Amino acid sequence: MSGALDTLADAAGGVLRKKGRRGQLDERYAAYKDVWVFVEHDRGVLHPVSLELLGKGRALADTLGVELAGVVIGPADEATRGFCSKAFHYGADLCYFVADDILTHYRNQPYTHALTGLVNTFQPEVLLLGATTQGRDLAGSVATTLLTGLTADCTGLEIDPEDRSLLSSRPTFGGSLMCTIVNLHTRPQMATARPRVFPVPEPDLSRQGRIIEHPLSMGEDEVVTKVLDFIPDKHTDKPQLAFANYIVSGGRGMGSAENFELVFDLARALGAEVGASRPVTHAGWVDAERQVGQSGKTVRPRLYIAAGISGAVQHRVGMEGADVTVAINNDANAPVFGFSNYALVGNALELLPALTASFKKHLSVLMDLPGQGAGEKKE
Amino acid sequence: MHIAVCIKQVPDSAQIRVHPVTNTIMRQGVPAIINPFDLYALEEALRLKDRFGARVTVVTMGPLQAEGAMKRAISFGADEAILVTDKIFAGADTLATSYALAAALRRLNEIEPIDIVFSGKQTIDGDTAQVGPGLAIRLGFQLLSYVSSVDRIDPEKREIVVHRRAEGGVQVLSSRLPCVITVLEGTNEMRFATMPDMFRAARFEVKKWDRDAAGIEDIRQVGLKGSPTVVNKVYAPQPKAVRAEFIVGETPMQQADALVTKLFADYPKLAVDLAAHLVSEDGAFK
Repeated sequence: MSGALDTLADAAGGVLRKKGRRGQLDERYAAYKDVWVFVEHDRGVLHPVSLELLGKGRALADTLGVELAGVVIGPADEATRGFCSKAFHYGADLCYFVADDILTHYRNQPYTHALTGLVNTFQPEVLLLGATTQGRDLAGSVATTLLTGLTADCTGLEIDPEDRSLLSSRPTFGGSLMCTIVNLHTRPQMATARPRVFPVPEPDLSRQGRIIEHPLSMGEDEVVTKVLDFIPDKHTDKPQLAFANYIVSGGRGMGSAENFELVFDLARALGAEVGASRPVTHAGWVDAERQVGQSGKTVRPRLYIAAGISGAVQHRVGMEGADVTVAINNDANAPVFGFSNYALVGNALELLPALTASFKKHLSVLMDLPGQGAGEKKE
Repeated sequence: MHIAVCIKQVPDSAQIRVHPVTNTIMRQGVPAIINPFDLYALEEALRLKDRFGARVTVVTMGPLQAEGAMKRAISFGADEAILVTDKIFAGADTLATSYALAAALRRLNEIEPIDIVFSGKQTIDGDTAQVGPGLAIRLGFQLLSYVSSVDRIDPEKREIVVHRRAEGGVQVLSSRLPCVITVLEGTNEMRFATMPDMFRAARFEVKKWDRDAAGIEDIRQVGLKGSPTVVNKVYAPQPKAVRAEFIVGETPMQQADALVTKLFADYPKLAVDLAAHLVSEDGAFK
């Protein structure tokens, strides 16, 4: 093994081994089967990453020939029970349901207790969670309690046809390389998956499944941490890039914070969010919350317009899930044109105002057409 | 009050290049730095030192070269530095890392009881965010992850109140000491090292703990042996198979018009939905 790979493997959270040298699965794990997806929700709202994972989990379960289960943990109310039905619509065969008012707000201790209790009782071979603040907090605690392997922030999940093990792929070294990680000899094989990477499947509203309830077996007096308050982001003024359908991003090529206003102008004309590449947020031209890429947000918009962004791999991994990408750069050989649908070679400072005017013109025509604007969506 | 700060020495990923043919990391001349996320944790600890006269001990697991990161932490104002280092720790994944670090922290706790263990939210090389939660479980401490501010702390009553980043908002949590806190980026700004602290760091003897000193009970749980996960394959990211269509025009305005016309002709539904979005409430620019 080369020294470089040694270090790489170290960084990726494991060690590179040749295929065929995987350890034997311990006998006590022989009974572990089925694929589980943790259904994340908070204050009555389901996190979309759970639907993405149910889609992926369905495919994994079908490959393995096992069942897909949703895991719903939360307060004992109808809204929470409703998440089980939702999990069925999106592909689950059954749901494990732990309902207790102690679980009203996410807290590490009771949620870890609930999920490890379920795993030890019902024994899944694969357990997937979203790589959100909640999912990563919970997964790290559960994996350590169970003494099993966990792969963070995955962008690819497949089954190895040779030995049925889960192959979890993730970017490493700032997105310059990908690595695939396997869990050698413990179960469940756990992974958190990056939101907005896997598509949300089409729901089948007629699908039903069975609900298996399980007690929490914990009292509020045993829970040390209390939630005093929750301050929602919509009361602040934070950008909501991750779920934006339309994004206009600017890069170093914009030249200055003043010029960056042209990006905001186009975004305003489109009702789009504003994104930025790392050099821009580092220079302080815009808030760090707007950074798209490896160390920033992963986005999956329907339209992504990149102005003055060269297209470094660190940026690309954050936006390549976009349906349509338009890139503006004065260098016809810029890497960004290698993964965009439309290329505009030219000066972004001239092209952005021109695009703003042109979009306004074309869109105002569409908005005036009867039956096609005013919120009515036609195919 | 005694605070332990877990840090990691990492290669500066901003300066790492991948060899285009062999897909190996070109490390020549890449400087080693303290994981940037850990600096927020260290600064938060130093602020508690300023306020309460807390003692700050930095702890890391790594090779002997990580002594550089420890001395740097001392130069910022940490009081003590422990490098947990042994060749049997090599090849550890996050589960094996939290086992070895937790053993060392338990040993440290026997010497001087720990009130808070701080760490960054994740490292820039592994990006897992798993060691903090792992430490809390192994130590039996409360876990407060993604903390954006420590609002109140009462060392006498053993109480702490923090802001924690959650999905879609911020949780205000009250908890009890001892706890593990992983600190969110951007919560503070690392202070400059003072001249006396820089001199102190240069002469500072970093404590080196091997498996015995760290109190490792089961060597099957550390390093490669104790790691359930292994890297199976390394490969270059697959480029998205898109060939951009170059849109030209005599003037920027003509070029822009050509793009919008082509875009809306190729994706008529996108055009209609965009128009509908603009007249809806969601289209209001934030």
